[in-house]
Amino acid sequence: MRRSLYLMLALVLGIASGVLAQDLDAQARAIAARLRCPVCQNESVADSPAELAAQMRVLIRQRLDAGDTPDQIVAYFVSKYGEWILLEPPRRGVLWLVWIGPALALLAGLVIAAAFLRRTVHPPSRDQRNPF
Amino acid sequence: MVSGAAPVKQGSRVRWAWIAVTAVIAPLVLVFAAGLRRDARTIPSPLIGKPAPSFTLPLFSGGPFNTADYRGRILIVNFWASWCYPACYEEAPHLQRVWERYKDRGVVVVGVNIQDRERPAREFIQRFGHTFPNGMDRTGRISIDYGVYGVPETFIIDQQGRMIYKHVGAVTEESILEKIAPLLLEGTGAP
Repeated sequence: MRRSLYLMLALVLGIASGVLAQDLDAQARAIAARLRCPVCQNESVADSPAELAAQMRVLIRQRLDAGDTPDQIVAYFVSKYGEWILLEPPRRGVLWLVWIGPALALLAGLVIAAAFLRRTVHPPSRDQRNPF
Repeated sequence: MVSGAAPVKQGSRVRWAWIAVTAVIAPLVLVFAAGLRRDARTIPSPLIGKPAPSFTLPLFSGGPFNTADYRGRILIVNFWASWCYPACYEEAPHLQRVWERYKDRGVVVVGVNIQDRERPAREFIQRFGHTFPNGMDRTGRISIDYGVYGVPETFIIDQQGRMIYKHVGAVTEESILEKIAPLLLEGTGAP
């Protein structure tokens, strides 16, 4: 009876630690995906087969195990390599332009296209609006 | 009369459209042009001017090299690999010369072998007769702590343990001297 209880407990703990490890693995992958592999051309630390990228992945995992938060780990890499290491530009100040720019450009393009189409597709409409 | 007004209005509208498009595209072209002309290898290290990361390096010759034991000396930390040809091969004799000429004046050269295998690394050291401390950074911890992109990279750390210079690519004796000369003078000026 007691033995089966211990067995159950061990099983539950085993599963729990497995789930926790998986969670940390997923977190480590997410952090690695945010970082640029320093020895590659435009490849993330998560995707690169380079040795340095592999060493970085190990380091990320070790720091997660040690209790560091993802932001702390990313900040560590930025302190060593500069913001260059970030695949996505940080969302602040002038850099917001990089984030909003494409959406603004798309919107402007739509407005221009709509204006152009309205003029060319329905040329008589102007006469309707302007009876003089 | 009224129909004549439309083309004029349309003409000014087209002109405004051109001005708007130019106002958007011209700065973009300038930004891209500036970006293309930048050398990706000269990305400034955020470590310059800050306390250099300390490390303990297991040496090929046995025993550890601990940066903490070298306070008060000028440290030249060189990251290299045996497969890094030709740059690492070009600078190898220069590093040995700096070590031989300045070790008695408080300069320490230390080699950090990265992303390499032990046998070719040892062969490299033998080939160039390197006698300065040299070891393997097997986990990459030191490389990452120093923000190393590739090999060779060389860092100069002053007597106070402050990072003063990072060199990407092959170094020469002259380029190292240029950086350590002011530090040497400061050293000799002291009583």
